[in-house]
Amino acid sequence: MNPLKLGMATALAFALGSTAQAGEQVLNMYNWSDYIDPADVTKFEKETGIKVNYDVYDSNEMLEAKLMAGNSGYDIVVPTGAFLERQLQAGIYAPIDKSKLSNYKNVDAELAKKIARSDKDNVHNVPYAWGTVGLGYNLDMLQKRLGKDMPLNTLDLIFKPEISAKLKDCGIAVLDAPADVMSVAMNYLGLDPNSENKADLKKATELLKANRGNYKYFHSSQYIGDLANGDVCLALGYNGDILQSQDRASEAGQGIVVEYSIPKEGTQVWFDLMAIPADAPNKENAYKFIDFVLRGEVAAGISNYVYYAVANTAAKPFIEKEVLDNPGIYPTDEVKAKLFPQLAHSSKFDRLLSRAWTGIKTGR
Amino acid sequence: MSSLSGNVWLSGFSNWTARIGMFLKFAKNFNWGRFSVISVPYLWLAIFFFIPFLVVFKISLSESAIAVPPYSDLLDFNLEEAYLNIKLNLGNYIYLWEDSFYLDAYLSSIKIAFFSTIFTLIVAFPIAYLIARSDQKYRGILLALVILPFWTSFLLRVYAWVGLLKKQGLVNEVLMSLGIINEPLTMLQTDFAVYIGIVYTYLPFMILPLYSALEKMDISLLEAAEDLGARPIQSFFMVTIPLAMPGIIAGCMLVFIPAVGEYVIPALLGGSDTLMIGRVLWDEFSLNRDWPMASAVATVMLVFLVLPIMLVRNKSGKDEAL
Repeated sequence: MNPLKLGMATALAFALGSTAQAGEQVLNMYNWSDYIDPADVTKFEKETGIKVNYDVYDSNEMLEAKLMAGNSGYDIVVPTGAFLERQLQAGIYAPIDKSKLSNYKNVDAELAKKIARSDKDNVHNVPYAWGTVGLGYNLDMLQKRLGKDMPLNTLDLIFKPEISAKLKDCGIAVLDAPADVMSVAMNYLGLDPNSENKADLKKATELLKANRGNYKYFHSSQYIGDLANGDVCLALGYNGDILQSQDRASEAGQGIVVEYSIPKEGTQVWFDLMAIPADAPNKENAYKFIDFVLRGEVAAGISNYVYYAVANTAAKPFIEKEVLDNPGIYPTDEVKAKLFPQLAHSSKFDRLLSRAWTGIKTGR
Repeated sequence: MSSLSGNVWLSGFSNWTARIGMFLKFAKNFNWGRFSVISVPYLWLAIFFFIPFLVVFKISLSESAIAVPPYSDLLDFNLEEAYLNIKLNLGNYIYLWEDSFYLDAYLSSIKIAFFSTIFTLIVAFPIAYLIARSDQKYRGILLALVILPFWTSFLLRVYAWVGLLKKQGLVNEVLMSLGIINEPLTMLQTDFAVYIGIVYTYLPFMILPLYSALEKMDISLLEAAEDLGARPIQSFFMVTIPLAMPGIIAGCMLVFIPAVGEYVIPALLGGSDTLMIGRVLWDEFSLNRDWPMASAVATVMLVFLVLPIMLVRNKSGKDEAL
């Protein structure tokens, strides 16, 4: 996926560069794959006459590689909280002038307070969507192997070797995102999920290594399709992606039922934030788009389409009932209390973390 | 302008005309046609290989930083205090050496590339032999068939193998419907799939040089060997193979060198435990966001793998010339 997406993005960037006419208003947006209702983009283009060049990525690391190389040419990017926190140190984001955003009042103040842990006073971000890391599974396949009484809202499924071994033949997929997975593993072990302690990292590494042989692959988006057509039966992934997979499975009509559960041990909550790179060529258009997304009905449209929660108080009346009532998307307060945000790590710890991760992936 | 400065300017000018005259004299005797023909490939190598390599090498000596670009400067030049500080960080190379993981990755890449090259040779030789010995009028068509896959993107062809090799893929379905196996085999995300992918994609690179070597071979040499009492197998190993050697060497190089650094095939077909240096490089660059370390891995790959091969190639080229 990565080289392909990178290639496509580069090709697209070239194509766009040549098609942009002089005087034509453009907005270059770089967002996660499958993260917006295409109808919203068309609507924005019609309303404003601004042409939107929309590129996608599927990992924060990919986004960072682009931004840190400089002159990315993007006007809006959507990094996750901990990554924005880290990138702020390089000074690559422009402060956001809230007076240009007439709909900023719609931002959920409660959630904004949590986000401010990564970006003091939320100077550089406007929340796009938020979600959790949890378990997506194929109900029939799991019940056939584990029995009907086994609870499926527990990380034991992927972290207890005797249980994960039973699922080896039907396939377990794990996110290829070291910081996300390790924080969930540390939390499962009862450690501080944001710990930078070497001994804690070692314990989490050993936990994953003990189960490694039972995992089919590590990948951050492949499980969406694979869960839907039965190529894997369990995935540690992002809630919205798993719910999209659930949708695809029911549309395919092959009798595959995909479910999502937030693990009872608690898990990570993340916030994806819209930000404007300091060298963005079309800042005014970026403000227009952000203000457009902050409208209640547009934010609701995103939530209805991508199955992630939005931090927008004006969106509630427009969100479909089955989305709003789905505890996998908008968790109950009791579950919310067990969610922890991820913070940026020091560079030194990042190196240890990724080295440990390579060790886990390659079994060395 | 004052006359004094005008004079200085004039004397400088006459000095220059003298130099230009000397240069023109030299240029007249110089073989420009020859130079321009030879310089094109060297210029190409310099612009697209040597200069990029120097950039990579430079980055490998810097330190990773959270900045744009994400590494430190090598030169610290202070005009006021008039000092130039050069800071070279060898830490990345030391780390490469200390952590056995990287050595494992290099060795594992060489192993996979080595065996794939041998498999490719085994598959390619009969095909090249057949084409070279077939009737003149079919050769063009047969060669076109070898090149035909290039009309489809390399990436798409590798993706097609994903569809063939996966659990509910074509290969498993066929084997199961024939009753050869009862349970679907796990082929995707294994080293086996990587070998298949490399052999498949690099096959034309092996066939073409083999063909050109075999095509030039004089059949009467085989007849002579037969007259002297050699059995077909003997004459194959003692006549055909040695004559095809330049083609074998060229083909093996064309397969081995890119296979060592292969990224796409192990990423799409290999498992998480398929260790290849191309993937390590990718991880260092994009997952670890450590450009200096990724550059060090790339530099070492070039020095340890490509340089000896170039030397061997150079030497064999000279032997041929003699």
